[in-house]
Amino acid sequence: MIYLDSAATSWPKPPEVLKAMVDVLERAGGNPGRSGHRLSIEAARVVYDTREDIARFFNISDPTRVIFTSNGTQAINVVLKGLLKPGDRVVVSSMEHNAVMRPLRSLEKQGLVLDIVPCASDGSLEVNHIAKALKSDTRLVVIVHASNVAGTILPVAEAASLARQAGALLLVDAAQTAGVLPIDMQAFGIDFLAFTGHKGLQGPPGIGGLIIGDRVDTSQVEPLIRGGTGSQSELEEQPEHLPDKFESGTPNIVGIAGLHAGINWIMDRGIETIRAQEKELTGALIDGLSNISGIKIYGTHDPESMVAIVSFTATGRRVSEIGLILDEDYGILTRVGLHCAPAAHKTIGSFPEGTVRLAPGVFTTPDEIKEAVRALGKVVGS
Amino acid sequence: MTEYGVILFYTTSSAMRAEKLLKKENYTVKLVPVPRQFSSDCGIALRFDWNQGEQVRSELDKAQVEIDAIHQL
Repeated sequence: MIYLDSAATSWPKPPEVLKAMVDVLERAGGNPGRSGHRLSIEAARVVYDTREDIARFFNISDPTRVIFTSNGTQAINVVLKGLLKPGDRVVVSSMEHNAVMRPLRSLEKQGLVLDIVPCASDGSLEVNHIAKALKSDTRLVVIVHASNVAGTILPVAEAASLARQAGALLLVDAAQTAGVLPIDMQAFGIDFLAFTGHKGLQGPPGIGGLIIGDRVDTSQVEPLIRGGTGSQSELEEQPEHLPDKFESGTPNIVGIAGLHAGINWIMDRGIETIRAQEKELTGALIDGLSNISGIKIYGTHDPESMVAIVSFTATGRRVSEIGLILDEDYGILTRVGLHCAPAAHKTIGSFPEGTVRLAPGVFTTPDEIKEAVRALGKVVGS
Repeated sequence: MTEYGVILFYTTSSAMRAEKLLKKENYTVKLVPVPRQFSSDCGIALRFDWNQGEQVRSELDKAQVEIDAIHQL
């Protein structure tokens, strides 16, 4: 079997991740911070240590500004629903996932004004378009760090600097980049970073997070849900203190422990090493596909300006049919269709059919890429 | 007999952070359930050696760990 669906979720996971998840239940199975006994404190320690390592990994100074969520989508929803008011303007790229577009379209009905910045057909974003779209009442700029459809990397640091000049905040959707591209929140000037744990960060599904930059006044952001935090229990109102304001209910300790092991695994291996490896695989994949007649590859075709995501279509063939043959006859696992990102497919010209998406990961080998290219030659050529 | 004090925090994260940095500096501290006489909070507090109170307090101030209250046990 060849797994080329790492953009949906990475697989397999490093063995350390599985071990950490079992270990936490055996060793630290209490409810973190709620009860004050040793198992409760040990669980709180696991949560706090993970918070610290995440702060270090994305370079922010205050670990309490790391908020755990169930996934990237929830993190994005905290910002969009908690910060934006009717009448606010939001600048958003035309390459966004529905995790961003669906909450925004819903808020638009309540009076939010969307300024959608067009990206090129290779998915790239010219920063001048952002500059032009920014207005005095723009509250937030939202961009995906790299497209989940074409892999194209968007200019986050440039967008951050433009947003700052205009007095707006910046939310970055790092679903496809956390763990595979270096992200320095302070150097880039990111105000909100939404990430998921189960892709590049090598953790399990069901855990993600929102990191809030120093510049954000969190009293301006309403929590998505309210409830018990294990702190200030005498109050029936939600506390303002971080991270508790945004973290009601028992957290996903097993997910957090797995995410912690995943991040440590990446730090041991080195993100630069991972990036170099993924660039090599992406280059080999693009070269191989370019030699198959009838295949159209989307995106920039340049591993430097993309993450390890290669989308293609084949003349006269349904993407769903290609995906099924690859799975059934060759054991090659891909994802076909719209990838929950109709806006991105409209931008690159593959709507409504969608594409076949090939997404290698840290455990993909060059031989597997060769074998996948060979198989595609047969499937598409036949 | 050692005299103890407890520090109450607004969040579990602050308590964890305080414990971690004080242990690193070799202070004798322990996380305990919040004593009911001081608060009806259901969370955890940090117990410390009352004689080291001033140093403990200054370490936490230095690291900007927000404190709710300090009590002698």
